[in-house]
Amino acid sequence: MLAFIIRRVLQSVVVLLVVGLVAFSLFRFVGDPVDNLLGQERTIEDIDRVRSELGLDQPFPVQYFRFLQGVTQGNFGVSFRQGRPVADILAERAPATLELAAVSALFAIVLGITLGVYTAIRRDGWLSNFIMTSSLIGVSLPTFLIGILLIYVFAVELGWLPSFGRGETVQIGWWTTGLLTESGLKAIILPAITLGLYQMTLIMRLVRAEMLEVLRSDYVKFARARGLSQRSVYFRHALKNTLVPVITITGLQLGSIIAFAIITETVFQWPGVGLLFINSIQFVDIPVMASYLMLISVMFVVINLIVDLLYFAIDPRLSASRGGGH
Amino acid sequence: MEAIARALDSDLAYRFRRSPVAMLAALVVVLLIGSSVFAPLITSQNPFDPGSLNLMNGFSEPMQPNQFTGETFVLGTDDQGRDVFATILYGMRISLFVGFSAVIFAMVLGVTLGLLSGYVGGRTDTIIMRIADIQLTFPAILVALLIFGVAKGITPPDRRDEVAIWVLIIAIGLSEWVQFARVVRGATLVEKSKEYVQAARLIGRSPVAIMVRHILPNTLSPVLVIATISLALAIIAEATLSFLGVGAPPTQPSLGTLIRIGQEFLFSGEWWILFFPAMTLLALALSVNLLGDWLRDALNPKLR
Repeated sequence: MLAFIIRRVLQSVVVLLVVGLVAFSLFRFVGDPVDNLLGQERTIEDIDRVRSELGLDQPFPVQYFRFLQGVTQGNFGVSFRQGRPVADILAERAPATLELAAVSALFAIVLGITLGVYTAIRRDGWLSNFIMTSSLIGVSLPTFLIGILLIYVFAVELGWLPSFGRGETVQIGWWTTGLLTESGLKAIILPAITLGLYQMTLIMRLVRAEMLEVLRSDYVKFARARGLSQRSVYFRHALKNTLVPVITITGLQLGSIIAFAIITETVFQWPGVGLLFINSIQFVDIPVMASYLMLISVMFVVINLIVDLLYFAIDPRLSASRGGGH
Repeated sequence: MEAIARALDSDLAYRFRRSPVAMLAALVVVLLIGSSVFAPLITSQNPFDPGSLNLMNGFSEPMQPNQFTGETFVLGTDDQGRDVFATILYGMRISLFVGFSAVIFAMVLGVTLGLLSGYVGGRTDTIIMRIADIQLTFPAILVALLIFGVAKGITPPDRRDEVAIWVLIIAIGLSEWVQFARVVRGATLVEKSKEYVQAARLIGRSPVAIMVRHILPNTLSPVLVIATISLALAIIAEATLSFLGVGAPPTQPSLGTLIRIGQEFLFSGEWWILFFPAMTLLALALSVNLLGDWLRDALNPKLR
């Protein structure tokens, strides 16, 4: 058990170091920082001075170490395009993305589990068949087309919801939230559905498959034989046992939600980190690109690590086979 | 002739004739690919040659004669008077070219690494598979975006539009090689222990010859399935990147770029500029996907 955890954590650290190296190489070799800092009229002395100030005359490993040190202290460099520290820009943009991700995850989980349970219980009902078929079509639709479709129906034709932006936001400390104003709440509906739809269908299909499996098992038959009410059988006995895989998959999908937010944020011009990243690629703003890369990898690696460890904690078979002295 | 007769008589052809979904999907794919290959013969207008455009034709509605010139366009025109039908055919050329090239690139890379990984084993195997694991942790679209961003940073600004298509191919290809490598590695591990491989080794064939001439042909049917599904993914990935504005340059618009352009006219009521490219993309991706699903079932002996 302990050996497994240590190996897993070490592995994550190696991944992060490699990603750090890629990010650092971006900083170092793509675009010359000295070029960016000094104007046209520079002398060789100027260049040498700036190079030693920035530590660029040091050996490569030393530079890399310094870069890592800076990153762990929240120093991500200065954006080429906006001329402000990247850490500030990211902090300003992060709440929008995190709120969007949270609302979509909530939407995906609640609706996914509800529909999953429904389609499992009413297995052959016409509504279930309809839901399953439309979910197949929904999965094959590219995210950006879903977004455009929703905009067309609800913003252009019906005019119920706004098609871009966050609406009014409220400042709470350094965090800006759009969840407390009416226009903010309206603005988040379409992006959240666009972003969460794929995860919703995934969770729904998973819950349905697991439920069908569990409903065939002996203890459910026994519970029915005891004369427990349908509701109690479905929700207290069956659903509870389907939730372990659902939790793991949902956990793993959290990272994807934040990554796919890039697309949704572009469709809806949502002022989050994803839109920032796309703009940084368009304008080759290396520090922003590298920082986004670092941040998102830390998130992915941490989520994966937690899910792996959770799995280990939840499923006793794993710890028996690995930790049992083999 | 004999080869064709044998192919028509094969199990796969029989299954194909029995599946209406597969036949319909194949028909759509062939129609779309054919019409984009022969685009210059089908439409008289080359939408990317400014000389052949007439600005007066701008914003013609589908099937309605234009109010100034009286010309009629089946699918309407965009703001610059480009025939939407023609832009779709030419745009699909870029989409298909990028899709096919990216899949071939991913396939060559993935199959090679998978063969090496499975046949050589040891440290080679560990390194290749670890890289594959790490890459699988990140969504493909994110990997493609990053590679695209890095490549854009490396190329000098005045050459970016020229190389954009190739960068796109490499970025999408690199984001999809893992599936090929994993499947080929698994199949190689199985084949490696079979007698014919041992026999080939005994008569002194070189490891490269064994891998390429003996093992590779026996791993190809899952590769074919993955290649088909990857093609659908690659077409969607290309459209997504172009839609995000980081893919095909405006001088060579793909379906994704057309959708991006069309989105700007959604609010002013010119729905056809967006609608038809979007439907084409959908039809293309969905049919390729259905073909891939059918192929997977048809080639899988366990499901019979």
